[in-house]
Amino acid sequence: MNAKGKVIKYGNNVDTDVIIPARYLTTSDPAELASHCMEDLDEKFISKVQKGDVMVAGRNFGCGSSREHAPIAIKASGISCVIAETFARIFYRNSINIGLPIIECAEAAQDIKDGDEVEIDFDKGFITNLTSGKTYQGQPFPEFMQKIISADGLINFIKSSL
Amino acid sequence: MGMTMTQKILAAHAGLDSVVPGQLIKAKLDMVLGNDITSPVAIKEFDKVGLNSVFDINKIAIVPDHFTPNKDIKSAEQVKICREFSKRMGIVNFFEVGQMGVEHALLPEKGLVVPGDVIIGADSHTCTYGALGAFSTGIGSTDMAAGMATGEAWFKVPEAIKFILKGKPRKWVGGKDVILHIIGMIGVDGALYKSMEFIGDGAHALSMDDRFTMANMAIEAGAKNGIFEVDEKTKQYVEEHSVRSYTVYKADEDAEYSEVFEIDLAAIKSTVAFPHLPENARTIDNVGDIKIDQVIIGSCTNGRIEDMRIAAEVLKGRKVHADVRCIIIPATQKIWKQAMNEGLFDIFIDAGAAISTPTCGPCLGGHMGILAKGERAVSTTNRNFVGRMGHPESEVYLASPAIAAASAIAGKIAGPDQLGLVISEK
Repeated sequence: MNAKGKVIKYGNNVDTDVIIPARYLTTSDPAELASHCMEDLDEKFISKVQKGDVMVAGRNFGCGSSREHAPIAIKASGISCVIAETFARIFYRNSINIGLPIIECAEAAQDIKDGDEVEIDFDKGFITNLTSGKTYQGQPFPEFMQKIISADGLINFIKSSL
Repeated sequence: MGMTMTQKILAAHAGLDSVVPGQLIKAKLDMVLGNDITSPVAIKEFDKVGLNSVFDINKIAIVPDHFTPNKDIKSAEQVKICREFSKRMGIVNFFEVGQMGVEHALLPEKGLVVPGDVIIGADSHTCTYGALGAFSTGIGSTDMAAGMATGEAWFKVPEAIKFILKGKPRKWVGGKDVILHIIGMIGVDGALYKSMEFIGDGAHALSMDDRFTMANMAIEAGAKNGIFEVDEKTKQYVEEHSVRSYTVYKADEDAEYSEVFEIDLAAIKSTVAFPHLPENARTIDNVGDIKIDQVIIGSCTNGRIEDMRIAAEVLKGRKVHADVRCIIIPATQKIWKQAMNEGLFDIFIDAGAAISTPTCGPCLGGHMGILAKGERAVSTTNRNFVGRMGHPESEVYLASPAIAAASAIAGKIAGPDQLGLVISEK
């Protein structure tokens, strides 16, 4: 599975309250959530993001609440993959469970710049910065998680094993 | 290699003699929890599995507490989904308005969580029940759905950080100050993916309410869970509130920890977390001159009876500042009634504070006390990210009930000492 797109970059500790503020948690509709994605941190995000774009961020991405609405909003906004130095653990779990591709790679997260064009080979965890020519190896997923990802989420994985 | 408290609980629930950090396991669940925001998504996912029943109608709790009493039509629809699902599945622990409380204050009070349990909750502050010596962690709605369907969850066994607490906190200093101090020290990802294990004579000196406060905020350091060693206070609390049997797990002498911290509780000062991260801690003598507009005393962090008593002790005979709204939210009906019967409500109302029915309300910017642009609140809640309590250009300062109450009187961030309150030995 591959992702390729323009990078939108953020800093450290991007929390779930800025990814999707609680005032919008009266809905779980992905399109509605996407329309408010990143609003309190970058109100231009939703107008500049294009399908296939890649979000790159620093440490502790997705910290804060367990709201699954956060990765749902990011996925529905068109983002094809999130690369971060580290992920907060509930956000990490939720992303795998709903099928939002994520990769942990400190070097890539630090090097890659806003506006760069990147390509990700998700199966190998291989990141290529097409703009700079540099390549990076991200953290591979344990086999168990790879199965959930290839089943396109936890519920499908459970259904198939019932 | 010996095991930590957390590792022992996980091993037992995975049917294994032992586990090591990094190991992937599947554990049987004692409780699966959700609220009115997270359960609707979980219910949608659960229905996709196509089962006619949940794994155990007694081991699921759905507590509509975030946007209740229904704050608007959309919230009412979300609670309706929770209510109808609970009826359809026969879920015993669904708590309607009038019965409910803030989930992480309610579950221990109702005896639904006990030492040695494995609990998952679709709410990040599910780590609260670690105060009872249980393994308890926050997860998302899909994990909640999977848990309701199978009664199991996968986990990666965590490493642990040991916190040896010594001595006793000073007057006006409590669990909130200790945990804000710790998060200030290690940072919002200082315990990422790890257990925070609390032991020592200081841990045993803390009340159960203080332990709930501290375990509650383990997530704010990025932890997978927080857990206290079980002692006589724990057992007394559990036996008063629950009919369930329980198991006590003590860490092995040769258990390994990635870090060990010794904390002298007597040295900790009243602490405030400045915007916009819980790690932005300053002691009360370093806050400067910060005028405020609102005070919130309540939440799963500090909405319990001891918190109400401390607030009352500060507010007694004094008035909330003319420019401040002080909103007090006892976390459950039982706490509400107890505070009322102890005369605390007379103190609150005479001081000019407002008292609310249990709700999470303002903590996450839902309702019952939202901030306008440029406004500042001192709050006993647990997060102060941008826009947390309202307008993105508002600010939240996290603090203990003592600081919150004193600030409400002073009209700016202040400690009880600054109001001329006598400091005596606790």
